[in-house]
Amino acid sequence: MEEPILEVKQVTKLFGSNAELGLQLLEQGQTKEQLAEKGITVGVNRVSLDIRQGEIFVIMGLSGSGKSTLVRMLNRLIEPTSGQILIRGKDLLKMNKAQLREVRQKRISMVFQKFALFPHRTVLQNVEYGLEIQKVDAQSRKEKAEQALELVGLKGWGDKMPDELSGGMQQRVGLARALANDPEVLLMDEAFSALDPLIRRDMQDELIELQEKMKKTIVFITHDLDEALRIGDRIALMKDGSLIQIGTPEEMLTQPANGYVERFIEDVDLSKVLTASHVMRRPETITLDRGPRVALQLMRERGISNLFVIDRSKRLLGVITAEDASEANKTGKALSDILISDCPQVPPDTVLSDLFEATSSTKVPLAVVDEQGRLLGVIVRGAVLGALAGDVGEMEVKQHELHS
Amino acid sequence: MSFIPKIPLADWIEYIVDWMESNLGGFFEGLSKIIESVVEFFSWLFLLPHPLLFIVIFGVLAYLIGRIPLTLFTVIGFLLIDNLGYWTETMNTLGLVVTSGIISVVLGIPIGIWSAYSKTTHRIVSPLLDFMQTMPAFVYLLPAVTFFSLGVVPGVIASVIFAIPPTIRLTHLGIKQVSGELTEAADAFGSTSWQKLFKVELPLAMPTMMAGVNQTIMLSLSMVVIASMIGAQGIGATVYRAVTQLKIGQGFEAGLAVVVLAIVLDRFTQNLFKSKKRGA
Repeated sequence: MEEPILEVKQVTKLFGSNAELGLQLLEQGQTKEQLAEKGITVGVNRVSLDIRQGEIFVIMGLSGSGKSTLVRMLNRLIEPTSGQILIRGKDLLKMNKAQLREVRQKRISMVFQKFALFPHRTVLQNVEYGLEIQKVDAQSRKEKAEQALELVGLKGWGDKMPDELSGGMQQRVGLARALANDPEVLLMDEAFSALDPLIRRDMQDELIELQEKMKKTIVFITHDLDEALRIGDRIALMKDGSLIQIGTPEEMLTQPANGYVERFIEDVDLSKVLTASHVMRRPETITLDRGPRVALQLMRERGISNLFVIDRSKRLLGVITAEDASEANKTGKALSDILISDCPQVPPDTVLSDLFEATSSTKVPLAVVDEQGRLLGVIVRGAVLGALAGDVGEMEVKQHELHS
Repeated sequence: MSFIPKIPLADWIEYIVDWMESNLGGFFEGLSKIIESVVEFFSWLFLLPHPLLFIVIFGVLAYLIGRIPLTLFTVIGFLLIDNLGYWTETMNTLGLVVTSGIISVVLGIPIGIWSAYSKTTHRIVSPLLDFMQTMPAFVYLLPAVTFFSLGVVPGVIASVIFAIPPTIRLTHLGIKQVSGELTEAADAFGSTSWQKLFKVELPLAMPTMMAGVNQTIMLSLSMVVIASMIGAQGIGATVYRAVTQLKIGQGFEAGLAVVVLAIVLDRFTQNLFKSKKRGA
């Protein structure tokens, strides 16, 4: 496990005049409502989490859950009432103004819900802003800004004013402005919420692509579960200022921590979230140096009609059927003669909705293979429908090799 | 209420004015010299070219700033003033207005910014501005004369007191109107307070601030007749003289000159900043 880039430790934010009292009351286990009666609003309630290098960490919750407050404490736009925030081990809350500015200029950039572009500056000048205030010379900041614009697909739009651009393009400018500083961490506060659904989808895809290219650490705030599941490597669900559950999208869906999480995920379209790796089973395999007789024997034992053939490093070579094996047994052919090498294969992150067609058009089970061509599991026809009916609990193949 | 003795407010004020006069006399004298020389410089500058040359210069400026109607109005209006024989007086008045306009902007914008940043300052400044705008001008004209003696300087001071409030108020408003998201963005990228002010807040507040400056110039122009009562030279003095001598026709002529100057100044200040905005 990599060292976390941001560590949030027991961070609390209370609004109101009597924060000291509020902290004590929270420690005594009083609820948000009880504190509200005393005129203290709980923004964030003792949240602890680690954000790892290079991941997209989604903080999700409904409005009023404290997610926007939490993300603003990560760059101290809002001062926490208590707790610790470490960036690469350094305490953000102990920094003086100059050190904090340095962090904001070079290490943590932010993208805003309503874009927050400066309307009096051109697109290029907007992107240059972060470099300009660092007093980077005009030539190199222009180059960097143009690179950032190119990265978000807005090459040649630099001379336009922000209000001449569509919403999606404006947010690309917002993204470019944040990337131009080459920060380690991007904070994205409901960055796509103001966009049309279709454009939002595109932006999500591009963000994932960008992140793969640039390996930034992204903290993404959203109230939209589908968005969280689509882009998040890990998701933190918040309610009333408290953290309810942290986990991968799969964990949130398959092992909800409590009833609140369950209700939250109730309406999710599972076919777009669950992937091949969720529904695959352990494959029955054989290596090529065995004979047809062994293969037949194995199939009979397991009650199946085909076997996947792999080499010693578990790479998939193909599939053999019971019919062919019994034929080969009679005629004395080897396994390699009856191998069907063009059997259907899918990568483990294929979503279920893309598996329907593949499973219905083939006689043999679908092989799930990784990038090296190694066989991870198989998907039998009924498993896809079973999973959609909520039957992912068995999940016997919580394959360790998948996550290693 | 007779059991409460009358508060001797009048005595207090007189005492304060006396005290200021005897203790701060040197300061007022120095200030007076500076203001007087600024007004004289502008009057000299405006009277330096021949009226026709001046009119051509203003015509070209009007054309550059904006529109042909403004150019026509400027040229015809100024020609009329020259024709009626009020050129020198009008230019003296322009010098006074420009001086009090500059003083108002130089003082007003920082005060406006300060009151936008500090609630306490705003709480103190705001009623003070009400006071300055509603207190009849004659009331502070007298102490102004005591401090600065007769002439153009108390006129400038009275104009500034009367005319500075819109600049302060609209600077305050302009900065307050800058959306919280934008100042937050400026902070999030690590701007210093000065960078935030000069790169984000002031540019965005500029149109509102300029509406204030425009109002300030109009108000200080409206003070020229009152200023002439304490010896400020210019077209205001002509109006004042004509009215006291019941020369209705002459009073009307001179009044027309004020109107022409007012409209030209108003359109100039308005359009100047619009065209700037377009160019940015």
